[in-house]
This record gives sequence, C-alpha cells and structure tokens, in this order.
Amino acid sequence: MAATAILLALAAVPPLCAALAQPYYLTLFARVMILGLAAMGLNLVLGFGGLVSFGHAMYIGVGAYAVGILDAHGVTGGLFHLAAALAAGAALACFVGTVCLLTRGIAFIMITLAFAQMVFFLAVGLKEYGGDDGLSISARSAFGPLHLDDPTILYYAIFAVLLLTLLAGHRLVHSRFGMVLRGAKLNERRMAALGFPVRRYQLTAYVISALVCVLSGFLLANLTRFVSPAYMQWQVSGELIVMAVLGGTATVLGPLVGAAILLLIEEALAAFAMGLPVGVEEFVRDHRLGALGLLIVLAAVGMRRGVYGALAPSAH
Amino acid sequence: MLRLEDLVKHYGGLAATDHLCLEIAAGELHAIIGPNGAGKSTLIGQLSGEIRPDQGRIVFDGRDITREPVHRRALAGLGRSYQISSVFTEFSALENVILAVQARSGHSFRFWRRANTETQLVQPAQAALAAVGLSDLAQRSVASLAHGERRQLEIAMTLASKPKLLLLDEPMAGMSQAESAELTQRLATLKGSLTIVLVEHDMDTVFALADRVTVLVAGRTIATGTGAEIRADPGVRQAYLGEQEESW
Ligand SMILES: Nc1ncnc2c1ncn2[C@@H]1O[C@H](COP(=O)(O)OP(=O)(O)OP(=O)(O)O)[C@@H](O)[C@H]1O
Ligand SMILES: [Mg+2]
Repeated sequence: MAATAILLALAAVPPLCAALAQPYYLTLFARVMILGLAAMGLNLVLGFGGLVSFGHAMYIGVGAYAVGILDAHGVTGGLFHLAAALAAGAALACFVGTVCLLTRGIAFIMITLAFAQMVFFLAVGLKEYGGDDGLSISARSAFGPLHLDDPTILYYAIFAVLLLTLLAGHRLVHSRFGMVLRGAKLNERRMAALGFPVRRYQLTAYVISALVCVLSGFLLANLTRFVSPAYMQWQVSGELIVMAVLGGTATVLGPLVGAAILLLIEEALAAFAMGLPVGVEEFVRDHRLGALGLLIVLAAVGMRRGVYGALAPSAH
Repeated sequence: MLRLEDLVKHYGGLAATDHLCLEIAAGELHAIIGPNGAGKSTLIGQLSGEIRPDQGRIVFDGRDITREPVHRRALAGLGRSYQISSVFTEFSALENVILAVQARSGHSFRFWRRANTETQLVQPAQAALAAVGLSDLAQRSVASLAHGERRQLEIAMTLASKPKLLLLDEPMAGMSQAESAELTQRLATLKGSLTIVLVEHDMDTVFALADRVTVLVAGRTIATGTGAEIRADPGVRQAYLGEQEESW
C-alpha cells in the first residue's frame, strides 16, 4: 500500500512539475531517486547482510567517472558507458570486498572507508580529468532513440531503473540467496555449521550492492552532466547510511524513503521561510545540518525500524 | 568413522584438550561425560571445526579434516547442535529448518524464487519439525518460542541437515523432564542409522543410550568402555562418579 502510493507519487512528478512550471523540482526528485537507488544498493549489505560499509560512495564515483572519462575521449554510446561502469565497478568491488570481508564489525567499517578514501584521492589526482574541480560532460549517454537530454525522458528512465531494482531486490531478499545473506547476519556461526560457505555469499552481495551504486553514479553523471571527486567524499557514504537507517533497513524500499526525507528536508531548510521568530530562523538556517542531525536522532529514537518500516510493519 | 590422534588444545596455560586419542565406529552412539570444564565443548568445537587444535589430527570417513573449514566439514556429513541454542531468532521456525535443508541441496546462488515456497525445501523442513513435535509452531517467529521449544528446533535443524555424524553438546540442557525423555526416545530410534557423539550430564540418559562412554577429566581421557565397564572402573569412580554414586 504505502509502497504503491510512494511510487505513484514519484510517477506523477513530471506532469505536476510541468503543470506548475517548476522544472527545478523534476531535477530534485530525480536526485531523490538516484540517491535512493544508491541507498537501496548499500542496504543489501547493510540491512540484509549486517555489514556496515562506510565506503559505498566510491561506487557512485566509479559509475559517474566512467561516463565522464569516456565522454572526454569522445565515446558517447550509452551501452559503452554502462558496460565500462559496471565492469570497473565489479572488478573494484571484487577486490575491495574480498579484502574487507576478512574482517567484521568496526574493522570492516574502517577498511571500507579507507578504500573509499584511496579512490577519492585517486580521482583528485586525475589532473587530465579535472582533478579536484571535476569534469563537465559534453553529452549525455546516447541510447539510440532514447534521448536523455529530454528531462522528462531522463526522469522516467531513472524511474524505470528504480522500479526494476526494487523488483529485483524484493525477489532477492526472499530467495535462497537472500535467506543465506539474512541468516548470516543473524547467526554467521550457525550458517557455517549448517554447511554454507558464508563469505562467498557475502562477497556476492557486496558486489551486487556496489553495482547498484555504480548504476546510481551513472545516472547522476547523466543528470548533472558533471562529475567530481565530491561524489565520493566520505560524507556521501555516511549520508547513504543515514538514508537507509532513516527509512528502514529491514525493507527494500525504506532507503528510498530515507533519501526522500533527507533531501527534501535539506531543501526545505535551505529554501523556505519557516515562520520562526527572527533570529531563530536565521540560526536554524545557518545550522541546518545540525537541525537535520537532530531530526535524524529523533527519528532513530522514535522509530527503531525507520520511517518506512513504521509505515509498513510487515513489508520487506 | 572418526579418529582423533593426539589432539591438543591449550588456552593459555590451561590444557582444555590434552593429548586426546579416540576412535568412534560407524553407527556407534558414543557418550562423552566429565565434570564442568573438562573440555567437552572444546572437543566438540574441534570436531566441528570452530576451534583449531594446536596439535594432532582428526580423521573423518578416512579423510584428514584437521585443517578443513567448518562449512566443508558440515557438507562432508558432520552435523552439530549447540549447548546454548543457536538459532535464527528473526526467522520463523520453519524458515530455520528450511535453511538447514537448503544447506544440503546445492548452491544457494538462486536469486529469484521465494525459498519458503519451494516444495523441495519446505517438505523436508516440515517433516523435521513434525518429528520434534513443533508442527503447530512452524510459522511462529523463533523469538517467541519458549526455551524448550528452541532446544527442539535446534535438534530439528541438526537432523534436517542429514548428517552422517551427529555431534550433540548437552542437547537436554534446559529441557523439561518430559521433553528430555522424549528426546532420549528419539535418539534411541536414531541409534544405528547414524553415528552420534553425545555430550551429556545426565547419567541415566548416558547409560541408557550409549554403546560406549568416554570419561574426560581436565582434557584427558581417563577411561573408555561400555556403560558397565565405566561404572565398574575404580579410577572413574574416584575421579568423577564418586560424588554421584548414590544416583545409580
Ligand atoms: N575461549 C576460551 N578461552 C579460554 N579458556 C577457555 C575457552 N573456552 C573454554 N575454556 C576453558 O577450557 C576448559 C574447558 O571448557 P569446555 O567449555 O570445553 O568445558 P566443558 O567440559 O564443555 O564444560 P561444561 O560441562 O561446563 O559445558 C574450561 O576450563 C574453560 O574455562
Ligand atoms: Mg560444555
């Protein structure tokens, strides 16, 4: 129910924006979906696998840079962009995942962060691709008759990717694979004693989750026509975790809801008058990250299962 | 079936397993008894692979498994239950047993079909639950099960994974009298169809079920033999059974 309503609302954004002549909101909601997609990807290992990765922003970076770098060399074919992004992401995730999964708990968090920082500084060092300043993209990925330059088409393309990922995620968590992944989160030791080579499944989940983030980065580059190392700052990895936790890590859709809440509140705090007394309003605006943090803490304390988890108690 | 050669495990200065040698025949029910801290759970842990021995060899089914990881031993036919119930609390009872069945039915790189609607998983799982009398609770979350019911589930999972060698670490611990009598009955019927290593404190159970008994004290075997031999062994009486003499 709640899921259908959320998806219908997202589907209705383009006509509403057109009717109200507010193209800015089309971009805003496209960003919500793209970051929601990344948070959903992260949540496969975070929520269902119990593995707290603090480095998933690097995969957004990989997806975005694949578009940027190929574009810089005059390659505009969307399938090339996509194939390069996914191949690079899979290779990186296999390597990073293999190393990180030798550890658990805090060590896992720190090593994933360390790898993400390495990739971040690698991107900063790519002077021929803009280094610190990033790189503009001359043309969006070309997919034959599908013209991503049309904002509405781009929006619905992102929406379609989101829907497919949701469907696949929903199937996955209840499949045999999903049972193993969730079982390992609950009781890894017992899983091994039953005969499961647990780490192999966790690595596979890690790679799948990374590829969803790569996809998100690919879409983000196409939305903004720009890539920069800022896409893979450690803060972005942190935001993805916050989105997942805020929306609810026990559900497939939860992280999307978390992304929407986070981005929309951020937007509201920055753009609208809140009708607070003079002084207080400025204070909140100047410290909007702090205000946001407070909201997150309240949500985390008040709703252990996240906002969407509280709305849809039995949903997965 | 199972042979331990000169197994040693130290925790700091403490020898939890001290040059242990033991041979268990196929189809045998072999009980291991000993006072608290004798090293019984440590021994089971080394057999299942969760604890690495410092020294010695473990041979299972003619194969040296001393260095094999836990999951490979499990797939080779070594199944274990835990002294403290080790189940998946967020899953239903049925899903717990489904996982046990799933472990033995090929790889789990299957991403689309719902596992809890696959007949080839659900049917054996339901049968295993029925065997321990938990059919009515199949859909209940394990978090809501009573302690004794979790113990039964633990056994159902271990049996559902169809082991050749069953390692039971105090399976009756925390069960009611009726439940443990029932489990004793079930183990009696299983006897012979698979090999069982049973760690148990309750002497009546041990002497009723076991083909042979090994007495462990401070990581060392002080006696191995049939129930009657163990009862008659003066060393065992002195070292361990003495205090419980009146109970048998
Ligand atoms: N991880 C560990 N680190 C240090 N010492 C340990 C560890 N595990 C067990 N020991 C010690 O090894 C000895 C054997 O322990 P073990 O749990 O095998 O005994 P047990 O025979 O199963 O006892 P119980 O009847 O109480 O279950 C004990 O003295 C225990 O304190
Ligand atoms: Mg013990």
